[in-house]
Amino acid sequence: MSEMKKIKNLKEFSTSADRFEGANLLCPGCAHSIIVREVLNATNDDLVLSASTGCLEVCTAVYPYTSWDASWIHIGFENGSTAVAGAEAMHKALARKGRLKQPDRNPKFVSFAGDGASYDIGFQWISGCMERGHNIMHVVLDNEVYANTGGQRSSSTPIGGSTTTSPAGRVSYGEKQNKKDMVSIMASHGIPYSAQVAPNKWKDMVKKIQHGFAVDGPVFINAVSPCTTEWKFDPKDTMYLSDLSTDSLVFPLYEIIDGHELNITYRPKNVVPVEEYLAAQGRFKHLFKDEYKHLIKEWQERVDKNWAYLNRREEARV
Amino acid sequence: MAFDKMELRDIEVWDGNFAAAQAMRQCQIDVVAAYPITPSTPIVEGYAKFLADNYVEGEFVMVESEHAAMSGCIGAAAAGGRVATATSSQGFALMVETLYQASGMRLPIVLNVVNRALAAPLNVNGDHSDMYLGRDSGWIQLDAYCPQDAYDLNFIAFKVAEDHEVRLPCMVHQDGFMTSHTAQGVKTLTDDQGYNFVGDFKPMNDMLDFEHPVTHGVQTEEDWHFEHKARQHNDLMTKVLPKIQTAFDEFEKLSGRKYNIVEEYDMADADVAVVCMGTSVETAREVATEMRAKGIKAGVVGIRVIRPFPFEQIKDALKDVKAIGALDRSSPNGAPGMLFNEIAGALFNADTNALLSGYVYGLGGRDLTKAHLTDLFTELQANVDAGKVTTPLQQFIGVRGPKLSFL
Repeated sequence: MSEMKKIKNLKEFSTSADRFEGANLLCPGCAHSIIVREVLNATNDDLVLSASTGCLEVCTAVYPYTSWDASWIHIGFENGSTAVAGAEAMHKALARKGRLKQPDRNPKFVSFAGDGASYDIGFQWISGCMERGHNIMHVVLDNEVYANTGGQRSSSTPIGGSTTTSPAGRVSYGEKQNKKDMVSIMASHGIPYSAQVAPNKWKDMVKKIQHGFAVDGPVFINAVSPCTTEWKFDPKDTMYLSDLSTDSLVFPLYEIIDGHELNITYRPKNVVPVEEYLAAQGRFKHLFKDEYKHLIKEWQERVDKNWAYLNRREEARV
Repeated sequence: MAFDKMELRDIEVWDGNFAAAQAMRQCQIDVVAAYPITPSTPIVEGYAKFLADNYVEGEFVMVESEHAAMSGCIGAAAAGGRVATATSSQGFALMVETLYQASGMRLPIVLNVVNRALAAPLNVNGDHSDMYLGRDSGWIQLDAYCPQDAYDLNFIAFKVAEDHEVRLPCMVHQDGFMTSHTAQGVKTLTDDQGYNFVGDFKPMNDMLDFEHPVTHGVQTEEDWHFEHKARQHNDLMTKVLPKIQTAFDEFEKLSGRKYNIVEEYDMADADVAVVCMGTSVETAREVATEMRAKGIKAGVVGIRVIRPFPFEQIKDALKDVKAIGALDRSSPNGAPGMLFNEIAGALFNADTNALLSGYVYGLGGRDLTKAHLTDLFTELQANVDAGKVTTPLQQFIGVRGPKLSFL
């Protein structure tokens, strides 16, 4: 029987015994560790974890040290999801054969990967895992950039973001493409649960993760992960940036059940203008030049349109 | 056990693919993650059918690519159970990244590689190009010459790979179509004999032992990477061949079938010898016998273990011959063939003045005929008589158009 943690308040949450040690090499202010801890803190069950190549992986398993007090594997950039799927298949096989060492345990299988390892290079592997119905959870640490390799654009990088491979310059405003809608794509596999989460809304996140662990089948979680280095903000402002992303509706929080039933899980009381979200980050600094101001307007329109779309989908109950 | 045993006749007519699938069934693999590719597809199809008919109990994960197949195998093996899959050619090439991951993590996965050419141009037939692509990947590589070998070597592969002193993945090679799709009489083991030979899987550092959490696939930079790679290489070079020999000896006791790390044929007094792999070994043996009737003392050295390369055994097998032909079934693309290079390396400090020539043959499934081999042995004898290599060091056998030879 699966055991979910009951956590009442933030203090309790922060002191809750966890299986991801504070000793790691992640940047000060990195949201990755907060998200990972929130995911792991959602369950007392045993864990089988993978990390795709990326910041989380290179900062937490540098031989001879490890930050993980749980079964953990890294293979490559693209295939963390499939590694966990393989382990899940082995668990099933050994359970059937009566060869599990601790047959009474009910492990959860989770793969962590960045947006590059999920939206781009790992896309096929995740799609395969979702389609085959493995009982695994894939969590994207979505910082909208290849942070581990020093800030190149990914297909999660939003329009106007300046990165090292889509730099803003004398004749360019930076990234030209819109961010890929991964949650919709993954939900379209008909998986039992997919959701967007944010580290600042930790109760919402824990609830969604617990829902994800409770369902039978693949789960896709997209977590916004403000990156102090590449978004260019002060490390103390990680939660502030996370607040801005959810409250401006740039990163709306919702879930999709069984591939179609959409629920918005957070409606900000005071919606913050997108301009405020953009202004807080160095990567969008150039958008405030006169010649690019129209892009901020377009940003706002896009966010409004998406919010209206999500609301319509929720109302339609289809 | 919940699955049904299969009654086999002492000799069954199987092709190489089905022989491998039968061995995988008898070893009772826990997880197979696979993606189909010609000519290896029937191996995993066979396994799927065994599963559908309750002759095995396990998980069959039909993934979306060969890269994912090996990725799933790695996750499954790290979780602690018996794991195998099969592939060929482009699929093998797509797997290459993960082959290094599997060996670096010391995971005892068995991979049946049905050898096939690499594109371009696209070609589904057998040559050893894919085999050579994997030769630095840290896997043990065994070579089957016929369906019987493909069956037997799978048992050897699991036994050696899963040995706790080895813990390295193992490939079993067979020639695409020539072995994989050619049915022959295969002497069988009973299900109990087969399973008992490899034994129960004994996990080590498995991810499903929650009392002892483990971290697999760490990051190492200049401070530790060298030590890890050096240790792995050392284990391959020092531990694996004795383990294979022991497994061969045990298998001989069980089945009466004798395997050697290097298969010598008529080598005791040979003046000329060819060194080759796969189906060409049997053809070469037949021609060598015919050459002896013509007065040429011919012998054949078959490579059974490609990695770790058996330098000492090769040196020993070739110590008294006067001329050697190294047969490479792969386009070396800018160098002498792999076997030519390895044999040259093995013999360089040996007490021999043997003349060494390299021959490239059979690319993309082109036949190697007895006539080709007759010419080859004759040429080697001409070198012996002349006391020097009388032809270019590297020649292509049976290619259309102007004769191609180099160096």
